[in-house]
Amino acid sequence: MAGSARLRLADFARCLARAYGLRLRRRRFLWRSFRSRHGLTAISDRCRLIGADDILCFMTVRNEGVRLPHFLDHHRKLGVDHFLIVDNASLDGSAAYLADQPDVSLWQTGRSYKAARFGLDWITWLHFRHGHGHWCLTLDADELLIYPYWETRPLPALTGWLEEQGHDSFGTMMLDLYPQGPLSQAQIVPGDNPLSVLTWFDPGNYAVRVQDRMKNLWIQGGPRARLFFAADPRRAPTLNKVPLVRWNRRYAYVNSTHALLPPRLNRVYATTGGERTSGLLLHTKFLPEVVQKSAEEKARKQHFANSALYDSYYDTVMADPVLHCPRSERMTGWRRLEALGLMSRGGWV
Amino acid sequence: MSVGFVMLCHTALDRAAQVARHWAERDCPVVIHVDRRVAAKDCAKLTADLSDLANVRFSGRHACEWGTWGIVAASQEAATVMLRDFPDVRHVYLASGSCLPLRPVEELRAYLDGRPKTDFIESVTTEDVGWTIGGLDFERFTLRFPFSWRKQRWWFDTYVKLQRMVRYRRKIPAELVPHLGSQWWCLTRRTLSAILEHPDRAAIDRYFQKVWIPDESYFQTLVRQVSGSVESRSLTLSKFDFQGKPHIFYDDHLQLLRRSDCFVARKIWPDAAKLYAAFLSDDAIRQAAAEPNPGKIDRLFAKAVERRIKGRPGLYMQSRFPNENHENGRTAGHYSVFCGFADVFENFEIWLSKASGTRVHGHLFAPDRVHFAGGDTIYNGAMSDSAAIRDHNPKSFLTNLIWNTRGERQCFQFGPTDTQQLDWFMAMDSNAQISVISGAWAVPLFRANQNFGDIRREVARLQKVEQEFLNILRSPFSKARVRIWSLADFVENPMEPLQTIIDEIGPRQGRRLTEAPRMADLTGFGQFLQNLRNQGMQPVLMGDFPVGNDPAAKSTRRGRPYLVK
Repeated sequence: MAGSARLRLADFARCLARAYGLRLRRRRFLWRSFRSRHGLTAISDRCRLIGADDILCFMTVRNEGVRLPHFLDHHRKLGVDHFLIVDNASLDGSAAYLADQPDVSLWQTGRSYKAARFGLDWITWLHFRHGHGHWCLTLDADELLIYPYWETRPLPALTGWLEEQGHDSFGTMMLDLYPQGPLSQAQIVPGDNPLSVLTWFDPGNYAVRVQDRMKNLWIQGGPRARLFFAADPRRAPTLNKVPLVRWNRRYAYVNSTHALLPPRLNRVYATTGGERTSGLLLHTKFLPEVVQKSAEEKARKQHFANSALYDSYYDTVMADPVLHCPRSERMTGWRRLEALGLMSRGGWV
Repeated sequence: MSVGFVMLCHTALDRAAQVARHWAERDCPVVIHVDRRVAAKDCAKLTADLSDLANVRFSGRHACEWGTWGIVAASQEAATVMLRDFPDVRHVYLASGSCLPLRPVEELRAYLDGRPKTDFIESVTTEDVGWTIGGLDFERFTLRFPFSWRKQRWWFDTYVKLQRMVRYRRKIPAELVPHLGSQWWCLTRRTLSAILEHPDRAAIDRYFQKVWIPDESYFQTLVRQVSGSVESRSLTLSKFDFQGKPHIFYDDHLQLLRRSDCFVARKIWPDAAKLYAAFLSDDAIRQAAAEPNPGKIDRLFAKAVERRIKGRPGLYMQSRFPNENHENGRTAGHYSVFCGFADVFENFEIWLSKASGTRVHGHLFAPDRVHFAGGDTIYNGAMSDSAAIRDHNPKSFLTNLIWNTRGERQCFQFGPTDTQQLDWFMAMDSNAQISVISGAWAVPLFRANQNFGDIRREVARLQKVEQEFLNILRSPFSKARVRIWSLADFVENPMEPLQTIIDEIGPRQGRRLTEAPRMADLTGFGQFLQNLRNQGMQPVLMGDFPVGNDPAAKSTRRGRPYLVK
């Protein structure tokens, strides 16, 4: 009995130490992002237009001219009121395009993406400065958010539902989309809907576990795990994301939007058997340009902590592979995705 | 004679104004109560918006926090105004600012005209309600609740616990029998005035001020005293989620709401422009007036609650990751695990597939790769046959496989040569049917062309692994349907166990096995085991094989091996 009491005490002490460690870590992130504000130059700051209940979208871009028009269009239709974007030295005119948009505030920086925690320092600063009290959507330019009923219920309906349920964060999974043939065949012009050529996905090969430290999920799978990381699946890309959060200036993302601090925000899943409401980020990475971009990214070494380990991944993508397989499924609508268990309406009717 | 509406408003006042105007213009008096916490500016705007309507009144404002007396006080005061100012009103309908009429006012009027003395109010005794949240049903009436449940939860809970501890009980006023029900009612002038002019009203009000959620019990209780004809249901369609919070209706519910034939629905999302436009217009041409029929909506919402609380069994995803033993089914469906059968019988997988009509895989957990049925390299759900991916998260591998093949039973081979990480998971899964011929893995070794020393070592290793597996299967925590035979027992009489297993899998109920799988030749197996013993190794899992008395697979050489009549 005494032994078990001592054990419990030790557990408690460990929990406390861990919680405090995470607190320090969060504050370190906030401090870093505060410092990083010097690197950002405002190109067009329209933040005074932001209203009290507006939904904001944050993003870092680099040469995303092909995707941006549709990205903005999609999320405007969902009900995003203002976009806050950091341009990391694009060369394809993305910056000029964004600066012209009436609902975009644009900052520019030429600093290292990797040194800024893969852009998170910049974004965390913008969160801190403009996101407090708002529902904030943090995305990459190749991600399109969808959720149950997204075609008929805009984001304010979703955030209202989440608030009513007492939830401050919304969980999603990235769903890699790909064309039927080699990647280079899915040609589109800027402004086209990437979903018109990227029409296939892997319906059921996602491995899920919980990471003990921050209680965040760790989901891996999809075509990249299946084809590029079959020998070393531990390195396969993480697919879970928490992109929609009712922000407080004390929050900070840890690792892309896969996890954030404080840890309670990572609890986007039900643990007693039920389902909470969740969505998907349709990942439009595999447009033809990924083939050339991979060569560039391989040389820049800006995307992974240990970039050399991913050289073979880049090599495979540069070889213009076919991701489609006989068991791939064609994209139809959210109801099908929901029936497959890739997202859930939870109790939302 | 007419129906008048009492509206309790606190948000989306522009929508409330729209609905109030709709009713007032169709000759239904409206009395509006605006929550005292609403800003004066907003309230003034609402008043101005409706100032052109002669039959709209505003009543004195109370703070209406959820679960408190304020809502009852507001209803009382507004109802008093209604009865006083509009003597023509026969039925008073209590609605909220987020209500929306689903059927034309004339239909409601006609419906009420047909039932001039009926009070529509859900009113049931506490023993009969299943929907109270927080475990407080009868205690609502016998404890005191001075603290806000929303804002002072800790104090609320602690004070309840304290009162329970000291066995405090309030006295319920003698003549009252507590009833509960939806707060949205439609009462006749006679009943309502009897409640409002009750001789003991002061005492009753004082009592209800400290009852929890009095808006769900005040009128519901009193109506039982004064009304002669209570129809215990609400005319307002209103659904609640598992936390007792009202569901919200959106544009995509249009058809559902139309078909419900209810008179009024709440809550409507303020931005549901399509709903407001559709239901507040006059051009709705409808079929003959029907009884309200919310059955379809009820089913839909009941399903949603179940989805929220129980989820889909066997699904693990970004918003469902149950803790161990809270899964409500570890896997999505039944599956069968066969250990040793493929070693004892030749071409067992083909035979099983034919006999049972199911999908039969090889060793899914083999160390080299995943042996999917038919040698597929990629399987349902785009699952890879890579052993590394499988071993990175074997639980997800198995649950995904079963999830992806819902409705089609999966069978697979398993044995001590496979990776053993899922032993506990499968043993504790009630969907698993695990059949083991213990020691059968020795048959391939017996026929292998290897050094006897290596074989001896391998037998020792596999025996240890399988012993461990069997211990898990036999543990008291095991929930799987487990059957274990020793190799010796099994070859004595193989058809009966096979028949039992196939019957249990059973898509073709009642069919008898006519064709037996061909058994491997075990001549000399007893001697093989004796040789192992002679080398100092003790094979125990195979059962008793006497030297020289080989089973010689006699039982399967018969034409029609085993028939049970």
